[in-house]
Amino acid sequence: MTAALVTKSKRPALSAGGLMKTRELGIILALAILVIFTAVNHPRFLSGQSIRDILLNTAILAVMAAGQAVVVITRNIDLSVGSVLGLSAFTVATMMSTNPDLPMIAALLVGLAVGAVAGLINGVLVRYGRVPALVVTLGTLYMFRGITYSWAGGQQVNADELPRHFLRFANASVLGVPWLVLIAVVVVGGVSVLMRNYRVGRELYAMGSSPQAAELAGIRVARNLLGAFLLSGALAGLAGVLFAARFGTVDASAGNGYELTVVAAVVVGGVAVFGGSGTVWGAGLGALLLTVIGSALAVLDINQFWQQAIVGALILFAICADRLVAVRIARSLRKRDSHV
Amino acid sequence: MLRTHHRLLTAASASLLVLGLAACGGTTKDSASSDGGAAAQTGASADPNAKTKEGLKIAFLPKQLNNPYSDVETSGGKVAVGELKGEYKLVGPNDASASSQVSYINTLIQQQQDVIVVAANDPNAVCPSLNQARQAKIKVVSFDSDASKDCRDAFINQATTQGIGESLVKMANELAGGEGEIAILSATPNATNQNAWIEVMKKELAKPEYSKLKLVKTAYGNDDDQKSFQEAQGLLQSYPKLKVIVSPTTVGIAAASRYVSSSNYKGKVAITGLGLPNQMREYVKDGTVKKFALWNPADIGYLAAYAGAALASGQITGKQGEKFTAGKLGEYTIGADGEIVLGPPTEFTAQNIDQFNF
Repeated sequence: MTAALVTKSKRPALSAGGLMKTRELGIILALAILVIFTAVNHPRFLSGQSIRDILLNTAILAVMAAGQAVVVITRNIDLSVGSVLGLSAFTVATMMSTNPDLPMIAALLVGLAVGAVAGLINGVLVRYGRVPALVVTLGTLYMFRGITYSWAGGQQVNADELPRHFLRFANASVLGVPWLVLIAVVVVGGVSVLMRNYRVGRELYAMGSSPQAAELAGIRVARNLLGAFLLSGALAGLAGVLFAARFGTVDASAGNGYELTVVAAVVVGGVAVFGGSGTVWGAGLGALLLTVIGSALAVLDINQFWQQAIVGALILFAICADRLVAVRIARSLRKRDSHV
Repeated sequence: MLRTHHRLLTAASASLLVLGLAACGGTTKDSASSDGGAAAQTGASADPNAKTKEGLKIAFLPKQLNNPYSDVETSGGKVAVGELKGEYKLVGPNDASASSQVSYINTLIQQQQDVIVVAANDPNAVCPSLNQARQAKIKVVSFDSDASKDCRDAFINQATTQGIGESLVKMANELAGGEGEIAILSATPNATNQNAWIEVMKKELAKPEYSKLKLVKTAYGNDDDQKSFQEAQGLLQSYPKLKVIVSPTTVGIAAASRYVSSSNYKGKVAITGLGLPNQMREYVKDGTVKKFALWNPADIGYLAAYAGAALASGQITGKQGEKFTAGKLGEYTIGADGEIVLGPPTEFTAQNIDQFNF
């Protein structure tokens, strides 16, 4: 119920007054408090190198979160993204180490393709198998990881086997902005606009708000759903390429457990798990917040045993704050409706 | 409502039944194990001049398959078994959980192997099965991670805790130029081997010759690339005067090196620790890393196979002071509790790194 109302309020959300009511406000506040607190204690936290590190660390997670957000908005979930990242990273790393002359664009395209195929498999199983996405993607999580394990065996692709230009891609920049960050910004921005301003985007929100109503309204649910999973898979595949370039060491376990971080970023970013509401740029902010938390806790010298508990508490806190905002929006909307 | 209740009851009683059965199985195994332990301890005496038997069936059971490090270890074992003219076999689970190895050991017993070389995922979980194997006259050698000492005949220790701790501090001291701040980037906060090494390092650092070295922090990267990256970044931000990061884990040292090699800390902060030459080659060649150390994992498997063959041939029984020859590695003497120490870790530098491929 609230979900549908919030969606309605999306359009005016970017005006100054509207911004105060958005679900993303909580994240921006948390982010600001965290950064200020850490920077006061350790001024080096705001040095150029440090900001660059944080943005680079966020890039991979943000790319995956953008795809995941689209899937979650349709009231589904894609748990296979960590395994897709692993499969794509290993495919691309192996390809680049055996054909060092291939250009970077080939690596990116192959990664996208591997991910797209994996995503399509998810979509087909969810739509035509009529199985909940949670179960399907839990299955493919193990399946894709299994394929990578049986293919890789115990092999590892190391940094010295990868071509220079491939590794340099992770740090090279255009006009001072690293490629990785640029890609993440383009992906998050592009998908945000698609979801906000285009027909297909609004249809995806409608599907998440009420699947039955969407079908009855004549929305091409099957096509849209396949598209959402394909996008999530392809972006996870792209993230695999970025992972390989950034870390330089790839074995079969690359990206193991990433799916939970991605889902956390999306949820913290204000995308409701029941679908129909939230924004892609919010998910991008969620990814940024989780990364800043990781970096800040490392700098603040907080006991390792506490770190995970703190991350968990911050997730709960972000969700509570988000819930408060949602309730306030719902109330003000109801008031406005009664005046009409 | 009533039906669900009924179903619940059935499920509950079924699970009780299973529990009961499992408990029974446990007791049988336990009693067998205490018998087996006793039987294996007594009797046999060593004959150093016995001829090494040919055609021995030697099976390797690492912690898990598909682990790059385990693969190198067992590849050394394969070479040794070839030299010994034996039959090499490699089995193992896909996950390193405590109980996953038990069914493999039982299968190996049925296949009547002569030697089982095992890296135990849990020192106690594999014990009952290993003792059944020893009762069936199979010799058990543990490597990498020891099984409880009353259920194996010998243990190949890659290096003593003391030796590793000492060599880590020695390298850090050389790289820091004798004075300055150092930090440790470890794996998980509760990893037994890591903590033991760190403990030795702290004792070493307390010695007068290292009085100018100051350990400022121990960070934990959880053996995860991204987390280790972030922890390395955190160390460099929190301690501007940091000279050396010592990372006694292969994931940590690679992540820290990759980070430093691509940041403006390159050349100002040295990285050292325990790493795999293939993984580190890139950073040694670009000057980020001057030197790091590791035992040769292939030698562990190699030594384990020879120890197993010596046991099966009756040359040794696993008692302290017994000697045997392990092919190209030379002569080894068994230490207390059946431990055989491989030797000091090898140091890798830009000069020698290309001689190693693992």
